[in-house]
Amino acid sequence: MSLTDTRATAAEPVALDAEDLRRLRLQRFDKIGKWLLPLAVLILTIIGWDRLVVWNDIPHYILPGPGLVWTTLVTDWAMLFEALLVTLQITMMALAVAVIGGVGLAVLFTQSRLVEMSFYPYAVILQVTPIVAIAPLIFIYVDSRTAGLLMCAWLVAFFPVLSNTTLGLNSADHNLRDLFRIYGATRWQTLRYLRLPSALPYFLGGLRIAGGLALIGAVVAEYVAGTGGIGSGLAFRILEAGYRLNIPRMFAALLLIAVTGVVIFAGLSFLSHMLLRKWHESAIKRET
Amino acid sequence: MSRPERPPLGQRPPVLEMIGVDKTFNGDVVALNAMSLTVNQGDFISLLGPSGCGKSTALRLIAGLSLPSRGKIAWAGGQGENDLGVVFQEPTLMPWATVSENVWLPFRLRGQPYAAVKDDVLEALKLVGLEKFQNAYPRELSGGMKMRVSIARAMVTKPRLILMDEPFAALDEITRFRLNNDLLKLKEAIGCTVIFVTHSVFESVFLSDRIVVMAARPGRVIREVIVPAPYPRDEEFRTSADYAALCREASAALHEAMGEHA
Ligand SMILES: Nc1ncnc2c1ncn2[C@@H]1O[C@H](COP(=O)(O)OP(=O)(O)O)[C@@H](O)[C@H]1O
Ligand SMILES: [Mg+2]
Repeated sequence: MSLTDTRATAAEPVALDAEDLRRLRLQRFDKIGKWLLPLAVLILTIIGWDRLVVWNDIPHYILPGPGLVWTTLVTDWAMLFEALLVTLQITMMALAVAVIGGVGLAVLFTQSRLVEMSFYPYAVILQVTPIVAIAPLIFIYVDSRTAGLLMCAWLVAFFPVLSNTTLGLNSADHNLRDLFRIYGATRWQTLRYLRLPSALPYFLGGLRIAGGLALIGAVVAEYVAGTGGIGSGLAFRILEAGYRLNIPRMFAALLLIAVTGVVIFAGLSFLSHMLLRKWHESAIKRET
Repeated sequence: MSRPERPPLGQRPPVLEMIGVDKTFNGDVVALNAMSLTVNQGDFISLLGPSGCGKSTALRLIAGLSLPSRGKIAWAGGQGENDLGVVFQEPTLMPWATVSENVWLPFRLRGQPYAAVKDDVLEALKLVGLEKFQNAYPRELSGGMKMRVSIARAMVTKPRLILMDEPFAALDEITRFRLNNDLLKLKEAIGCTVIFVTHSVFESVFLSDRIVVMAARPGRVIREVIVPAPYPRDEEFRTSADYAALCREASAALHEAMGEHA
Protein backbone atom coordinates (compact mmCIF):
# COMPACT_ATOMS: atom_id res chain seq x y z
CA MET A 1 0.00 0.00 0.00
CA SER A 2 2.63 2.48 1.02
CA LEU A 3 4.79 1.12 -1.79
CA THR A 4 2.29 2.39 -4.29
CA ASP A 5 2.05 5.62 -2.34
CA THR A 6 5.74 6.33 -2.63
CA ARG A 7 5.67 5.46 -6.30
CA ALA A 8 2.81 7.88 -6.89
CA THR A 9 4.68 10.79 -5.38
CA ALA A 10 8.08 9.84 -6.75
CA ALA A 11 6.81 9.67 -10.32
CA GLU A 12 5.27 13.15 -10.28
CA PRO A 13 5.98 14.15 -13.86
CA VAL A 14 7.64 17.45 -14.66
CA ALA A 15 6.88 17.29 -18.36
CA LEU A 16 4.24 15.02 -19.85
CA ASP A 17 5.71 12.19 -21.85
CA ALA A 18 4.06 10.49 -24.81
CA GLU A 19 2.31 7.94 -22.62
CA ASP A 20 0.82 10.61 -20.35
CA LEU A 21 -0.42 12.56 -23.34
CA ARG A 22 -2.03 9.47 -24.80
CA ARG A 23 -3.68 8.70 -21.49
CA LEU A 24 -5.00 12.25 -21.16
CA ARG A 25 -6.37 12.14 -24.70
CA LEU A 26 -8.07 8.85 -23.97
CA GLN A 27 -9.57 10.24 -20.76
CA ARG A 28 -10.94 13.28 -22.53
CA PHE A 29 -12.39 11.09 -25.26
CA ASP A 30 -13.98 8.80 -22.67
CA LYS A 31 -15.53 11.70 -20.82
CA ILE A 32 -17.17 13.25 -23.87
CA GLY A 33 -17.85 10.01 -25.72
CA LYS A 34 -19.80 8.57 -22.83
CA TRP A 35 -22.53 11.14 -23.46
CA LEU A 36 -22.06 12.09 -27.08
CA LEU A 37 -22.02 8.65 -28.65
CA PRO A 38 -25.29 7.33 -27.20
CA LEU A 39 -26.89 10.67 -28.03
CA ALA A 40 -25.71 10.41 -31.62
CA VAL A 41 -27.09 6.89 -31.87
CA LEU A 42 -30.43 8.11 -30.50
CA ILE A 43 -30.67 10.99 -32.97
CA LEU A 44 -29.68 8.81 -35.91
CA THR A 45 -32.22 6.18 -34.89
CA ILE A 46 -35.02 8.75 -34.67
CA ILE A 47 -34.11 10.24 -38.04
CA GLY A 48 -33.83 6.77 -39.58
CA TRP A 49 -37.18 5.76 -38.07
CA ASP A 50 -38.80 8.94 -39.39
CA ARG A 51 -37.37 8.52 -42.89
CA LEU A 52 -38.38 4.85 -42.96
CA VAL A 53 -41.99 5.80 -42.22
CA VAL A 54 -42.13 8.77 -44.63
CA TRP A 55 -40.29 7.20 -47.57
CA ASN A 56 -42.27 3.95 -47.42
CA ASP A 57 -45.61 5.62 -46.75
CA ILE A 58 -46.17 3.34 -43.77
CA PRO A 59 -49.66 3.98 -42.32
CA HIS A 60 -49.66 5.13 -38.69
CA TYR A 61 -51.72 2.14 -37.51
CA ILE A 62 -48.80 -0.07 -38.53
CA LEU A 63 -45.83 2.06 -37.55
CA PRO A 64 -46.24 5.68 -36.45
CA GLY A 65 -43.36 8.08 -36.97
CA PRO A 66 -41.52 9.61 -34.03
CA GLY A 67 -43.28 12.97 -34.51
CA LEU A 68 -46.71 11.39 -34.20
CA VAL A 69 -45.66 9.44 -31.10
CA TRP A 70 -44.54 12.71 -29.55
CA THR A 71 -47.77 14.59 -30.37
CA THR A 72 -49.76 11.65 -29.00
CA LEU A 73 -47.77 11.79 -25.82
CA VAL A 74 -48.60 15.47 -25.52
CA THR A 75 -52.31 15.21 -26.36
CA ASP A 76 -52.90 12.08 -24.22
CA TRP A 77 -50.70 13.38 -21.42
CA ALA A 78 -53.43 13.70 -18.80
CA MET A 79 -54.57 10.11 -19.19
CA LEU A 80 -51.09 8.66 -19.61
CA PHE A 81 -49.67 10.57 -16.66
CA GLU A 82 -52.45 9.34 -14.42
CA ALA A 83 -51.71 5.79 -15.53
CA LEU A 84 -48.02 6.37 -14.95
CA LEU A 85 -48.69 7.44 -11.37
CA VAL A 86 -50.66 4.26 -10.75
CA THR A 87 -47.87 2.05 -12.10
CA LEU A 88 -45.26 4.06 -10.27
CA GLN A 89 -47.15 3.73 -7.00
CA ILE A 90 -47.32 -0.05 -7.29
CA THR A 91 -43.64 -0.17 -8.25
CA MET A 92 -42.49 1.94 -5.34
CA MET A 93 -44.63 0.15 -2.80
CA ALA A 94 -43.41 -3.20 -4.08
CA LEU A 95 -39.83 -2.00 -3.90
CA ALA A 96 -40.31 -0.79 -0.34
CA VAL A 97 -41.81 -4.10 0.74
CA ALA A 98 -39.05 -5.94 -1.14
CA VAL A 99 -36.44 -3.99 0.81
CA ILE A 100 -38.11 -4.63 4.15
CA GLY A 101 -38.83 -8.28 3.38
CA GLY A 102 -35.51 -8.96 1.66
CA VAL A 103 -33.32 -7.34 4.29
CA GLY A 104 -35.42 -8.74 7.15
CA LEU A 105 -35.22 -12.26 5.77
CA ALA A 106 -31.51 -11.91 5.06
CA VAL A 107 -30.86 -10.84 8.65
CA LEU A 108 -32.98 -13.73 9.89
CA PHE A 109 -31.04 -16.15 7.67
CA THR A 110 -27.67 -15.00 8.95
CA GLN A 111 -28.82 -15.06 12.57
CA SER A 112 -30.22 -18.55 12.43
CA ARG A 113 -28.82 -21.42 10.34
CA LEU A 114 -32.02 -23.28 11.16
CA VAL A 115 -34.24 -20.69 9.50
CA GLU A 116 -31.90 -20.39 6.54
CA MET A 117 -31.73 -24.12 5.89
CA SER A 118 -35.51 -24.41 6.21
CA PHE A 119 -36.59 -21.51 4.02
CA TYR A 120 -33.84 -20.63 1.56
CA PRO A 121 -34.88 -23.33 -0.96
CA TYR A 122 -38.39 -21.88 -1.05
CA ALA A 123 -37.12 -18.38 -1.67
CA VAL A 124 -35.26 -19.79 -4.68
CA ILE A 125 -38.33 -21.66 -5.92
CA LEU A 126 -40.41 -18.49 -5.73
CA GLN A 127 -37.74 -16.70 -7.68
CA VAL A 128 -37.31 -19.21 -10.50
CA THR A 129 -41.04 -19.71 -11.11
CA PRO A 130 -42.11 -17.21 -13.80
CA ILE A 131 -44.32 -14.48 -12.39
CA VAL A 132 -46.75 -14.71 -15.32
CA ALA A 133 -47.46 -18.27 -14.24
CA ILE A 134 -48.15 -17.33 -10.63
CA ALA A 135 -50.01 -14.06 -11.23
CA PRO A 136 -53.36 -15.50 -12.39
CA LEU A 137 -53.56 -17.57 -9.23
CA ILE A 138 -52.80 -14.58 -7.09
CA PHE A 139 -55.66 -12.65 -8.68
CA ILE A 140 -58.02 -15.53 -7.97
CA TYR A 141 -57.28 -15.56 -4.26
CA VAL A 142 -56.55 -11.92 -3.58
CA ASP A 143 -59.60 -9.68 -3.75
CA SER A 144 -57.97 -6.30 -3.80
CA ARG A 145 -56.54 -5.50 -7.21
CA THR A 146 -53.86 -3.28 -5.73
CA ALA A 147 -52.83 -5.95 -3.23
CA GLY A 148 -52.57 -8.49 -6.05
CA LEU A 149 -50.44 -6.20 -8.19
CA LEU A 150 -48.27 -5.39 -5.23
CA MET A 151 -47.76 -9.02 -4.44
CA CYS A 152 -46.68 -9.84 -7.99
CA ALA A 153 -44.25 -6.94 -8.17
CA TRP A 154 -42.87 -7.85 -4.75
CA LEU A 155 -42.35 -11.48 -5.72
CA VAL A 156 -40.19 -10.41 -8.63
CA ALA A 157 -38.27 -7.72 -6.80
CA PHE A 158 -37.44 -9.18 -3.43
CA PHE A 159 -35.05 -11.94 -4.39
CA PRO A 160 -32.09 -9.82 -5.51
CA VAL A 161 -32.39 -7.84 -2.28
CA LEU A 162 -32.49 -11.04 -0.24
CA SER A 163 -29.63 -12.82 -1.97
CA ASN A 164 -27.35 -9.80 -2.22
CA THR A 165 -27.93 -8.77 1.38
CA THR A 166 -27.34 -12.32 2.60
CA LEU A 167 -24.09 -12.41 0.64
CA GLY A 168 -23.11 -9.02 2.07
CA LEU A 169 -23.90 -9.95 5.66
CA ASN A 170 -21.68 -12.99 5.29
CA SER A 171 -18.85 -11.10 3.63
CA ALA A 172 -17.72 -9.25 6.75
CA ASP A 173 -13.94 -9.44 7.14
CA HIS A 174 -12.86 -12.51 9.09
CA ASN A 175 -10.26 -10.72 11.18
CA LEU A 176 -12.83 -8.08 12.11
CA ARG A 177 -15.22 -10.82 13.17
CA ASP A 178 -12.48 -12.31 15.35
CA LEU A 179 -11.82 -8.88 16.80
CA PHE A 180 -15.50 -8.46 17.68
CA ARG A 181 -15.42 -11.87 19.37
CA ILE A 182 -12.30 -10.99 21.33
CA TYR A 183 -13.96 -7.80 22.54
CA GLY A 184 -16.99 -9.79 23.60
CA ALA A 185 -19.42 -8.13 21.18
CA THR A 186 -23.04 -9.25 21.43
CA ARG A 187 -24.89 -10.66 18.43
CA TRP A 188 -26.73 -7.40 18.04
CA GLN A 189 -23.51 -5.35 18.16
CA THR A 190 -21.88 -7.57 15.56
CA LEU A 191 -24.92 -7.18 13.34
CA ARG A 192 -25.24 -3.45 13.83
CA TYR A 193 -21.60 -2.40 13.71
CA LEU A 194 -20.06 -5.04 11.46
CA ARG A 195 -22.39 -7.13 9.36
CA LEU A 196 -24.88 -4.47 8.27
CA PRO A 197 -22.22 -1.94 7.17
CA SER A 198 -20.35 -4.72 5.36
CA ALA A 199 -23.58 -5.63 3.58
CA LEU A 200 -24.47 -2.09 2.51
CA PRO A 201 -22.65 -2.09 -0.87
CA TYR A 202 -24.09 -5.51 -1.73
CA PHE A 203 -27.57 -4.45 -0.64
CA LEU A 204 -27.42 -1.34 -2.81
CA GLY A 205 -26.34 -3.44 -5.79
CA GLY A 206 -29.37 -5.67 -5.20
CA LEU A 207 -31.62 -2.64 -4.77
CA ARG A 208 -30.68 -1.31 -8.22
CA ILE A 209 -31.66 -4.59 -9.81
CA ALA A 210 -34.81 -4.81 -7.69
CA GLY A 211 -35.91 -1.31 -8.81
CA GLY A 212 -36.05 -2.41 -12.44
CA LEU A 213 -37.64 -5.73 -11.56
CA ALA A 214 -40.36 -4.10 -9.45
CA LEU A 215 -41.40 -2.06 -12.50
CA ILE A 216 -41.39 -5.19 -14.67
CA GLY A 217 -43.41 -7.03 -12.03
CA ALA A 218 -45.96 -4.23 -11.81
CA VAL A 219 -46.37 -4.08 -15.61
CA VAL A 220 -46.64 -7.86 -16.06
CA ALA A 221 -49.16 -8.10 -13.23
CA GLU A 222 -51.31 -5.41 -14.84
CA TYR A 223 -51.33 -7.35 -18.10
CA VAL A 224 -52.53 -10.40 -16.23
CA ALA A 225 -55.07 -8.52 -14.12
CA GLY A 226 -56.44 -7.05 -17.31
CA THR A 227 -59.53 -5.23 -16.04
CA GLY A 228 -59.43 -1.53 -16.65
CA GLY A 229 -61.48 1.51 -15.79
CA ILE A 230 -60.30 4.07 -13.33
CA GLY A 231 -57.09 3.45 -11.46
CA SER A 232 -55.48 1.43 -14.21
CA GLY A 233 -51.79 1.71 -14.98
CA LEU A 234 -49.66 2.11 -18.06
CA ALA A 235 -49.68 -1.56 -19.01
CA PHE A 236 -53.44 -1.54 -19.17
CA ARG A 237 -53.35 1.60 -21.32
CA ILE A 238 -51.06 -0.24 -23.74
CA LEU A 239 -53.42 -3.22 -23.91
CA GLU A 240 -56.42 -0.98 -24.39
CA ALA A 241 -54.71 1.06 -27.11
CA GLY A 242 -53.77 -2.22 -28.79
CA TYR A 243 -57.40 -3.34 -28.97
CA ARG A 244 -58.29 -0.02 -30.56
CA LEU A 245 -55.36 -0.15 -32.96
CA ASN A 246 -54.15 3.13 -31.49
CA ILE A 247 -50.52 2.30 -32.20
CA PRO A 248 -49.12 5.81 -31.52
CA ARG A 249 -50.51 5.69 -27.99
CA MET A 250 -48.95 2.27 -27.47
CA PHE A 251 -45.60 3.75 -28.39
CA ALA A 252 -46.13 6.77 -26.19
CA ALA A 253 -46.98 4.60 -23.17
CA LEU A 254 -44.03 2.34 -23.91
CA LEU A 255 -41.77 5.38 -24.01
CA LEU A 256 -43.05 6.46 -20.60
CA ILE A 257 -42.39 3.02 -19.09
CA ALA A 258 -38.86 2.96 -20.51
CA VAL A 259 -38.11 6.45 -19.20
CA THR A 260 -39.51 5.47 -15.79
CA GLY A 261 -37.22 2.44 -15.69
CA VAL A 262 -34.20 4.59 -16.53
CA VAL A 263 -35.14 7.19 -13.90
CA ILE A 264 -35.54 4.52 -11.21
CA PHE A 265 -32.18 3.02 -12.09
CA ALA A 266 -30.45 6.40 -12.15
CA GLY A 267 -32.06 7.44 -8.87
CA LEU A 268 -30.98 4.27 -7.10
CA SER A 269 -27.48 4.55 -8.57
CA PHE A 270 -27.27 8.08 -7.23
CA LEU A 271 -28.48 6.96 -3.80
CA SER A 272 -25.86 4.22 -3.83
CA HIS A 273 -23.16 6.69 -4.78
CA MET A 274 -24.13 9.10 -2.02
CA LEU A 275 -24.15 6.41 0.65
CA LEU A 276 -20.83 4.85 -0.36
CA ARG A 277 -18.81 7.73 -1.69
CA LYS A 278 -16.84 8.29 1.49
CA TRP A 279 -15.45 4.81 1.88
CA HIS A 280 -16.29 2.22 -0.74
CA GLU A 281 -14.02 1.44 -3.70
CA SER A 282 -16.91 1.31 -6.16
CA ALA A 283 -17.78 4.94 -5.49
CA ILE A 284 -14.27 6.36 -5.51
CA LYS A 285 -12.89 7.96 -8.63
CA ARG A 286 -9.31 7.08 -9.43
CA GLU A 287 -7.13 10.07 -8.70
CA THR A 288 -5.08 9.84 -11.88
CA MET B 1 17.53 2.09 32.70
CA SER B 2 14.44 0.09 33.65
CA ARG B 3 11.58 2.16 34.87
CA PRO B 4 10.14 1.50 38.32
CA GLU B 5 6.95 -0.09 36.99
CA ARG B 6 9.08 -2.37 34.88
CA PRO B 7 11.20 -4.59 37.12
CA PRO B 8 13.96 -6.62 35.47
CA LEU B 9 13.19 -9.99 33.92
CA GLY B 10 12.53 -12.60 36.57
CA GLN B 11 10.94 -10.16 39.00
CA ARG B 12 7.79 -9.31 37.08
CA PRO B 13 4.40 -10.62 38.22
CA PRO B 14 2.86 -13.12 35.79
CA VAL B 15 -0.04 -12.15 33.52
CA LEU B 16 -0.73 -15.35 31.69
CA GLU B 17 0.49 -18.90 31.69
CA MET B 18 0.31 -21.54 28.96
CA ILE B 19 0.85 -24.96 30.46
CA GLY B 20 1.57 -27.94 28.18
CA VAL B 21 -0.77 -26.71 25.48
CA ASP B 22 -1.43 -28.97 22.48
CA LYS B 23 -3.52 -28.02 19.50
CA THR B 24 -4.51 -30.58 16.91
CA PHE B 25 -6.66 -29.83 13.86
CA ASN B 26 -8.93 -32.53 12.41
CA GLY B 27 -7.30 -35.05 14.70
CA ASP B 28 -4.06 -35.32 12.73
CA VAL B 29 -2.47 -31.91 12.05
CA VAL B 30 -0.45 -31.14 15.18
CA ALA B 31 -0.22 -27.35 15.05
CA LEU B 32 1.18 -27.00 18.54
CA ASN B 33 2.84 -29.55 20.78
CA ALA B 34 3.32 -29.16 24.54
CA MET B 35 3.79 -25.41 24.50
CA SER B 36 4.47 -23.81 27.84
CA LEU B 37 5.02 -20.10 28.23
CA THR B 38 4.76 -17.67 31.08
CA VAL B 39 4.00 -14.10 30.14
CA ASN B 40 4.95 -11.55 32.77
CA GLN B 41 3.79 -8.01 33.18
CA GLY B 42 5.86 -5.66 31.03
CA ASP B 43 7.35 -8.44 28.89
CA PHE B 44 7.93 -7.92 25.22
CA ILE B 45 7.97 -11.48 23.90
CA SER B 46 8.61 -12.36 20.27
CA LEU B 47 7.48 -15.66 18.82
CA LEU B 48 10.03 -16.34 16.10
CA GLY B 49 9.83 -19.24 13.69
CA PRO B 50 9.27 -20.43 10.13
CA SER B 51 5.73 -20.25 8.79
CA GLY B 52 3.54 -23.13 9.84
CA CYS B 53 5.17 -23.55 13.25
CA GLY B 54 2.00 -22.59 15.09
CA LYS B 55 2.66 -18.95 15.99
CA SER B 56 -0.77 -17.75 14.89
CA THR B 57 -2.36 -20.81 16.46
CA ALA B 58 -0.74 -19.90 19.79
CA LEU B 59 -2.12 -16.35 19.58
CA ARG B 60 -5.60 -17.59 18.68
CA LEU B 61 -5.55 -19.90 21.68
CA ILE B 62 -4.51 -17.06 23.97
CA ALA B 63 -7.21 -14.83 22.47
CA GLY B 64 -9.79 -17.52 23.18
CA LEU B 65 -10.69 -17.80 19.49
CA SER B 66 -10.03 -21.52 19.64
CA LEU B 67 -9.66 -24.00 22.45
CA PRO B 68 -6.60 -26.08 23.32
CA SER B 69 -6.81 -29.80 22.59
CA ARG B 70 -4.87 -30.44 25.76
CA GLY B 71 -3.25 -28.36 28.49
CA LYS B 72 -4.49 -25.05 29.75
CA ILE B 73 -4.16 -21.32 29.49
CA ALA B 74 -4.56 -19.43 32.73
CA TRP B 75 -4.82 -15.71 33.32
CA ALA B 76 -3.37 -14.50 36.60
CA GLY B 77 -6.32 -13.46 38.74
CA GLY B 78 -8.83 -14.86 36.22
CA GLN B 79 -10.16 -13.48 32.98
CA GLY B 80 -11.60 -10.01 32.80
CA GLU B 81 -13.15 -7.55 30.42
CA ASN B 82 -9.93 -5.75 29.58
CA ASP B 83 -7.52 -8.58 28.91
CA LEU B 84 -6.65 -8.16 25.28
CA GLY B 85 -5.77 -5.91 22.40
CA VAL B 86 -5.00 -7.46 19.03
CA VAL B 87 -3.15 -6.34 15.91
CA PHE B 88 -3.33 -8.57 12.83
CA GLN B 89 -1.08 -8.70 9.79
CA GLU B 90 -3.62 -6.58 7.91
CA PRO B 91 -4.74 -3.33 9.54
CA THR B 92 -8.29 -4.79 9.78
CA LEU B 93 -10.02 -1.43 10.05
CA MET B 94 -13.67 -0.83 9.33
CA PRO B 95 -13.59 1.05 5.99
CA TRP B 96 -16.93 2.76 6.65
CA ALA B 97 -15.76 4.30 9.91
CA THR B 98 -13.39 7.19 10.48
CA VAL B 99 -10.04 6.75 12.19
CA SER B 100 -11.37 7.87 15.57
CA GLU B 101 -14.46 5.69 15.25
CA ASN B 102 -12.20 2.73 14.54
CA VAL B 103 -10.13 3.42 17.63
CA TRP B 104 -13.30 3.88 19.67
CA LEU B 105 -14.47 0.34 18.78
CA PRO B 106 -13.24 -1.58 21.86
CA PHE B 107 -14.93 0.98 24.13
CA ARG B 108 -18.03 1.09 21.99
CA LEU B 109 -18.48 -2.67 22.22
CA ARG B 110 -18.46 -2.27 26.00
CA GLY B 111 -21.27 0.21 25.69
CA GLN B 112 -19.24 3.34 26.30
CA PRO B 113 -20.36 6.39 24.34
CA TYR B 114 -17.78 8.31 22.34
CA ALA B 115 -18.02 11.43 24.49
CA ALA B 116 -17.04 9.45 27.59
CA VAL B 117 -13.83 8.06 26.09
CA LYS B 118 -12.96 10.78 23.60
CA ASP B 119 -9.86 11.79 25.54
CA ASP B 120 -8.52 8.23 25.57
CA VAL B 121 -9.15 7.85 21.85
CA LEU B 122 -7.40 11.11 21.02
CA GLU B 123 -4.50 10.31 23.32
CA ALA B 124 -4.02 6.92 21.66
CA LEU B 125 -4.06 8.61 18.26
CA LYS B 126 -1.56 11.15 19.47
CA LEU B 127 0.74 8.40 20.70
CA VAL B 128 0.83 6.87 17.22
CA GLY B 129 1.20 10.30 15.64
CA LEU B 130 -2.17 10.44 13.92
CA GLU B 131 -4.14 12.98 15.93
CA LYS B 132 -4.54 15.12 12.79
CA PHE B 133 -6.18 12.24 10.95
CA GLN B 134 -8.98 11.46 13.38
CA ASN B 135 -11.69 12.30 10.86
CA ALA B 136 -10.05 10.60 7.87
CA TYR B 137 -11.32 7.35 6.42
CA PRO B 138 -8.94 4.37 6.29
CA ARG B 139 -8.70 4.48 2.50
CA GLU B 140 -7.12 7.91 2.70
CA LEU B 141 -4.19 6.55 4.74
CA SER B 142 -1.02 4.76 3.66
CA GLY B 143 -0.34 1.18 4.75
CA GLY B 144 1.91 2.30 7.58
CA MET B 145 -0.63 4.80 8.86
CA LYS B 146 -3.41 2.21 8.80
CA MET B 147 -1.21 -0.06 10.88
CA ARG B 148 -0.71 2.77 13.37
CA VAL B 149 -4.49 3.13 13.70
CA SER B 150 -4.71 -0.60 14.28
CA ILE B 151 -2.08 -0.31 17.03
CA ALA B 152 -3.89 2.65 18.59
CA ARG B 153 -7.08 0.59 18.67
CA ALA B 154 -5.29 -2.32 20.36
CA MET B 155 -3.84 -0.16 23.13
CA VAL B 156 -6.58 2.40 23.66
CA THR B 157 -8.16 0.46 26.52
CA LYS B 158 -4.72 -0.25 28.08
CA PRO B 159 -5.36 -4.01 28.07
CA ARG B 160 -3.36 -6.47 30.14
CA LEU B 161 -1.85 -8.09 27.04
CA ILE B 162 -1.44 -7.03 23.43
CA LEU B 163 -1.14 -9.70 20.74
CA MET B 164 0.48 -8.78 17.44
CA ASP B 165 0.56 -11.29 14.58
CA GLU B 166 3.23 -10.25 12.05
CA PRO B 167 1.87 -6.71 12.05
CA PHE B 168 4.61 -5.23 9.88
CA ALA B 169 5.21 -8.15 7.52
CA ALA B 170 3.35 -6.52 4.64
CA LEU B 171 5.08 -3.14 4.95
CA ASP B 172 8.17 -1.89 3.17
CA GLU B 173 11.51 -1.90 4.97
CA ILE B 174 11.63 1.83 5.76
CA THR B 175 8.11 1.97 7.16
CA ARG B 176 8.81 -1.17 9.14
CA PHE B 177 11.93 0.34 10.75
CA ARG B 178 10.07 3.47 11.69
CA LEU B 179 7.17 1.49 13.16
CA ASN B 180 9.60 -0.68 15.14
CA ASN B 181 11.09 2.43 16.72
CA ASP B 182 7.70 3.95 17.43
CA LEU B 183 6.33 0.72 18.87
CA LEU B 184 9.12 0.70 21.44
CA LYS B 185 8.49 4.32 22.36
CA LEU B 186 4.84 3.54 22.73
CA LYS B 187 5.57 0.56 24.90
CA GLU B 188 7.74 2.69 27.16
CA ALA B 189 5.04 5.33 27.33
CA ILE B 190 2.21 3.05 28.41
CA GLY B 191 4.15 0.09 29.82
CA CYS B 192 2.12 -2.61 28.07
CA THR B 193 2.79 -6.33 27.80
CA VAL B 194 3.21 -7.64 24.25
CA ILE B 195 3.42 -10.96 22.42
CA PHE B 196 4.75 -10.19 18.97
CA VAL B 197 4.82 -12.77 16.16
CA THR B 198 7.44 -12.33 13.48
CA HIS B 199 9.72 -14.28 11.22
CA SER B 200 12.32 -11.53 11.10
CA VAL B 201 15.33 -12.17 13.33
CA PHE B 202 16.33 -8.48 13.30
CA GLU B 203 12.88 -7.29 14.27
CA SER B 204 12.64 -9.75 17.14
CA VAL B 205 16.03 -8.83 18.58
CA PHE B 206 15.43 -5.12 18.30
CA LEU B 207 12.01 -5.21 19.94
CA SER B 208 11.88 -7.92 22.54
CA ASP B 209 13.40 -8.85 25.83
CA ARG B 210 12.51 -12.51 25.28
CA ILE B 211 12.56 -14.36 21.97
CA VAL B 212 10.72 -17.66 21.91
CA VAL B 213 12.04 -19.65 18.93
CA MET B 214 9.64 -22.19 17.48
CA ALA B 215 9.95 -25.09 15.03
CA ALA B 216 7.34 -26.64 12.77
CA ARG B 217 5.88 -30.12 12.34
CA PRO B 218 4.93 -30.38 15.05
CA GLY B 219 4.82 -26.74 16.13
CA ARG B 220 6.80 -26.42 19.34
CA VAL B 221 9.12 -24.16 21.32
CA ILE B 222 12.77 -25.14 20.89
CA ARG B 223 14.63 -22.32 22.60
CA GLU B 224 14.31 -19.03 24.37
CA VAL B 225 16.80 -16.25 23.68
CA ILE B 226 17.02 -13.48 26.27
CA VAL B 227 17.84 -10.00 25.02
CA PRO B 228 19.33 -8.26 28.06
CA ALA B 229 19.83 -4.85 26.39
CA PRO B 230 17.97 -2.13 28.33
CA TYR B 231 15.16 -0.01 26.91
CA PRO B 232 14.80 2.54 25.43
CA ARG B 233 16.57 1.16 22.39
CA ASP B 234 17.38 3.28 19.39
CA GLU B 235 19.48 3.33 16.23
CA GLU B 236 22.59 3.10 18.37
CA PHE B 237 21.47 -0.29 19.64
CA ARG B 238 20.74 -1.37 16.09
CA THR B 239 24.34 -0.80 15.08
CA SER B 240 25.95 -2.12 18.27
CA ALA B 241 28.09 -5.25 18.60
CA ASP B 242 25.65 -6.63 21.20
CA TYR B 243 22.84 -6.41 18.70
CA ALA B 244 24.89 -8.20 16.03
CA ALA B 245 25.83 -10.97 18.45
CA LEU B 246 22.22 -11.44 19.57
CA CYS B 247 21.06 -11.54 15.96
CA ARG B 248 23.63 -14.28 15.29
CA GLU B 249 22.37 -16.23 18.28
CA ALA B 250 18.71 -15.90 17.32
CA SER B 251 19.53 -16.65 13.72
CA ALA B 252 21.36 -19.84 14.71
CA ALA B 253 18.34 -20.91 16.76
CA LEU B 254 16.06 -20.19 13.83
CA HIS B 255 18.27 -22.25 11.50
CA GLU B 256 18.17 -25.06 13.97
CA ALA B 257 14.40 -24.77 13.99
CA MET B 258 14.22 -24.94 10.21
CA GLY B 259 17.02 -27.49 9.73
CA GLU B 260 15.35 -30.17 11.80
CA HIS B 261 12.80 -30.96 9.17
CA ALA B 262 14.46 -29.56 6.04
N1 LIG C 1 -8.05 -24.00 11.18
C1 LIG C 1 -7.08 -24.86 10.84
N2 LIG C 1 -7.39 -26.08 10.33
C2 LIG C 1 -6.41 -26.96 9.99
N3 LIG C 1 -5.10 -26.72 10.10
C3 LIG C 1 -4.72 -25.52 10.58
C4 LIG C 1 -5.68 -24.54 10.96
N4 LIG C 1 -5.01 -23.45 11.41
C5 LIG C 1 -3.70 -23.75 11.30
N5 LIG C 1 -3.52 -24.99 10.81
C6 LIG C 1 -2.24 -25.67 10.61
O1 LIG C 1 -1.48 -25.55 11.78
C7 LIG C 1 -0.13 -25.29 11.50
C8 LIG C 1 0.33 -24.00 12.17
O2 LIG C 1 -0.35 -22.90 11.57
P1 LIG C 1 -0.13 -21.39 12.02
O3 LIG C 1 -0.34 -21.30 13.48
O4 LIG C 1 -0.98 -20.54 11.17
O5 LIG C 1 1.40 -21.16 11.68
P2 LIG C 1 2.23 -19.80 11.62
O6 LIG C 1 1.37 -18.68 12.08
O7 LIG C 1 3.40 -20.04 12.51
O8 LIG C 1 2.68 -19.64 10.22
C9 LIG C 1 0.00 -25.23 9.98
O9 LIG C 1 0.48 -26.47 9.53
C10 LIG C 1 -1.40 -25.02 9.52
O10 LIG C 1 -1.61 -25.61 8.28
MG1 LIG D 1 0.73 -16.87 11.01
